[in-house]
Amino acid sequence: MTSEVNSKEVKRLDRVIIRFAGDSGDGMQLTGDRFTSETASFGNDLSTLPNFPAEIRAPAGTLPGVSSFQVHFADHDILTPGDAPNVLVAMNPAALKANIGDVPRGAEVIVNTDEFNKRAMAKVGYAASPLEDGSLDGYSVHEVPLTTLTVEALKEFGLSRKDAGRSKNMFALGLLSWMYNRPTEGTEGFLRAKFAKKPDIAEANIAAFRAGWNFGETTEDFAVSYEVAPAESAFPAGTYRSISGNLALAYGLIAAGQQADLPLFLGSYPITPASDILHELSKHKNFGVRTFQAEDEIAGIGAALGAAFGGALGVTTTSGPGVALKAETVGLAVSLELPLLIVDIQRGGPSTGLPTKTEQADLLQAMYGRNGEAPVPVVAPATPSDCFTAALDAARIALTYRTPVMLLSDGYLANGSEPWRIPEVDDLPDLRVQFATKANHTLDDGTEVFWPFKRDPQTLARPWAVPGTPGLEHRIGGIEKEDGSGNISYAPSNHDLMVRTRQAKVDGIDVPDIEVDDPEGPAGERARTLVLGWGSTYGPITAAVRRVRRAGDRIAQAHLRYVNPFPANLGEVLAAYDKVIVPEMNLGQLAALVRARYLVDAYSYNQVNGMPFKAEQLATALKEAIDNG
Amino acid sequence: MAETTAEGPAIDALSLIPKAEAKQSMKDFKTDQEVRWCPGCGDYAVLAAVQGFVPELGLAKENIVFVSGIGCSSRFPYYMNTYGMHSIHGRAPAIATGLAATRRDLSVWVVTGDGDALSIGGNHLIHALRRNVNLKILLFNNRIYGLTKGQYSPTSEIGKVTKSTPMGSLDSPFNPVSLALGAEASFVARTVDSDRKHLTETLRAAAAHPGTALIEIYQNCNIFNDNAFEVLKDREQAQEAVIRLEHGKPIRFGTDDHKGVVRDPATGDLEIVEVTAENEADVLVHDAHAATPTTAFALSRLADPDTLHHTPIGVLRSVDRQVYDTEMAEQLDDAVQHKGKGDLSALLAGGDTWTVLG
Repeated sequence: MTSEVNSKEVKRLDRVIIRFAGDSGDGMQLTGDRFTSETASFGNDLSTLPNFPAEIRAPAGTLPGVSSFQVHFADHDILTPGDAPNVLVAMNPAALKANIGDVPRGAEVIVNTDEFNKRAMAKVGYAASPLEDGSLDGYSVHEVPLTTLTVEALKEFGLSRKDAGRSKNMFALGLLSWMYNRPTEGTEGFLRAKFAKKPDIAEANIAAFRAGWNFGETTEDFAVSYEVAPAESAFPAGTYRSISGNLALAYGLIAAGQQADLPLFLGSYPITPASDILHELSKHKNFGVRTFQAEDEIAGIGAALGAAFGGALGVTTTSGPGVALKAETVGLAVSLELPLLIVDIQRGGPSTGLPTKTEQADLLQAMYGRNGEAPVPVVAPATPSDCFTAALDAARIALTYRTPVMLLSDGYLANGSEPWRIPEVDDLPDLRVQFATKANHTLDDGTEVFWPFKRDPQTLARPWAVPGTPGLEHRIGGIEKEDGSGNISYAPSNHDLMVRTRQAKVDGIDVPDIEVDDPEGPAGERARTLVLGWGSTYGPITAAVRRVRRAGDRIAQAHLRYVNPFPANLGEVLAAYDKVIVPEMNLGQLAALVRARYLVDAYSYNQVNGMPFKAEQLATALKEAIDNG
Repeated sequence: MAETTAEGPAIDALSLIPKAEAKQSMKDFKTDQEVRWCPGCGDYAVLAAVQGFVPELGLAKENIVFVSGIGCSSRFPYYMNTYGMHSIHGRAPAIATGLAATRRDLSVWVVTGDGDALSIGGNHLIHALRRNVNLKILLFNNRIYGLTKGQYSPTSEIGKVTKSTPMGSLDSPFNPVSLALGAEASFVARTVDSDRKHLTETLRAAAAHPGTALIEIYQNCNIFNDNAFEVLKDREQAQEAVIRLEHGKPIRFGTDDHKGVVRDPATGDLEIVEVTAENEADVLVHDAHAATPTTAFALSRLADPDTLHHTPIGVLRSVDRQVYDTEMAEQLDDAVQHKGKGDLSALLAGGDTWTVLG
């Protein structure tokens, strides 16, 4: 907690949504990250939504160049980054124009007036200044010359106006930190570490940050500050940190390697929004993690598969376009029956699509995007922190069943953050595997031999015999092989058997039953409509379900983490409701799967605008589904 | 560098690989699988040479792996009684890279063809070469697509009439040796399927080389491109057509070595001359260990892509440079030395945490 004393009126709020918006070069992502860290360390529940353009330096001052970061924090448990900001920080006219539509009247809008000159306003189509033409009536507008104040505060540092002005995001962060009584030590420590080699830049940023705080404290424009109490009752006891989906996923992979006692090998080619996993894993070589930046997507998965043949936990990370390129190698892994993880951080498609936006439209690609009958298990995390557990679980399936596994995250989970209760390492699953060490089959003449495709009768997994094991020399390949011996076989009946066996192996994977949340009414009444989701829609759907219930309607909710195979009880669950509605950030891919599989009349509710669902909009859709049932 | 000593090459590349307990012979490396190449195919000769040579390495056979792509030659792993993977078209160098980078105790060999390595897998080949992973790549070049029944390949001569090019092919062929040298390969050699002795010597040199070794093996497809290399095989014609390179020896060929390779002082390029008493001292001495690939590249360009006259065979280049998997292992060791062995609890806890009391 800050040691500074806040002398103004303090109002208590139960939750707040803040959106920082500015030019791509204004440092809004860093500002949002820092505010998130302060908020996390204060103990609020939180959820974030970074939203930025694909261009590295999009044209300054334009609408496509606007970068924003939304953070929702509360004194209770929350599920989404929030629909409508209570506070918008607009660093320039473009940021105001691009975001004001999402901000309801009555909200606070903090604008950097230094950037509201004629030219900048004309660039985004403001004929008159929105600060003067009445278009912001009803908002609580704070006009703050952020750049001038920052430059003023940094006078003694001897920086040019341009350089000093760069710290205006820290001034804004300081101001918001004052408004919401955030602790400040973390940010100061962060700045000192980040600019350790340039101590004067570190001190300038800290000075700007403090100046922002003091500005809030002293200026009359800001009459009140707010307090959002820690969300203590929302969290079970434990030690927490804030974590993004990609970081959680990277940690999950490292943990999987440790728990399996296998070296982790990542073969990857840079692609948004998956590259951060490659970056993160490359920092942890002291865990025996090998990261290989390949010449292309195909080589990334090829090398991972080669490493798996050698007894490593092989992983490749990518996004949808990369999955398309890797498809043939995934098929080879299906045929070789080797463990392999394919991590797809989905983004808007088709083709290059929307690299920095989110979507769930790779589900059918993950399920079916290969030649031949090539079943692959699909695991989809529900929240950013769930990416950790999902990675461990995907590794469990791959290692136990000797199969490639698709792990389907997306841009929203990848970049979004939330609090995470740090697990005890002792509580993590044991993923150790037994490599084959000796002959496993006796021929008619009594000879003991090793058969690479003689299966475990329970799991149908084949033995994993790694090079270096004497006596088990064998050859495997993508050509159809004889059941048991693994010798090349074109026999029709054998192919039929092998196709069915590979399918049966995936169908038989042990996944937990799906749980249904359907609170019983006082007279034992149940909902008649079920909302079924998968992956990253968990937060918005759950938030929407809460709203629907608060409004007095009944709705049941179930969420799929395992899309292939489906939980054994899914058919029964779907059949128990009159109506099933499936919200997805695609045009109905899960709906198509459950319709085909269970002959259930599942309704799709779809959105493909590159953004997660908003809770309010989903609640309305669910309500309509209930009413029209 | 794999220095050649009086006792033969020091086997640096194999130092981490466990040795066989007993003496091995060719039959130890044969499998029970029926070899399914066409009768008369050059692949049989290469298989026999490899099976005959590998025992001399004295490695535990379970620590040898053959990885192949797709094509006739890529059936090779099924016939070697080692570990093996018959993968997908063009990708063997990538797959083998992952294996070799994680398992330095393995001797990893890639078997590929001209279509597999130079068309569909061209990207993986050049990157494996520049990366210098400890792989030995045997590129069977028959200048034709065999398994798909006779289309022209990226090494076919211009104007090749095939099923897919009834009026003749239009594209210039790759010279695989030139390509490899351009891709920063540290070891590049060429040999011929029917010359068992030369083939074996070349395999020996490649096996000893730390890093990626590329051996182009001219291999006859008697069904779709028969006698493509006849000029290099026929005893009389070969005298004038083949330039046998030996490190430290003057580059001379032809009956009684009447021809030699000299450098044109005006252009710096290489040319072939009749050797006389006056110019004998000017004949280039082959230096496979030269720091730059310039002369090796110039040698590779002496061959006429149509007639194959003046085709150099032997080791064109063998130099020492950073080996990828060695460097990768050293980074891991360094990381442990500087940061300590990874502690999962500490990693997960990270920096900024807060505690909720029960």
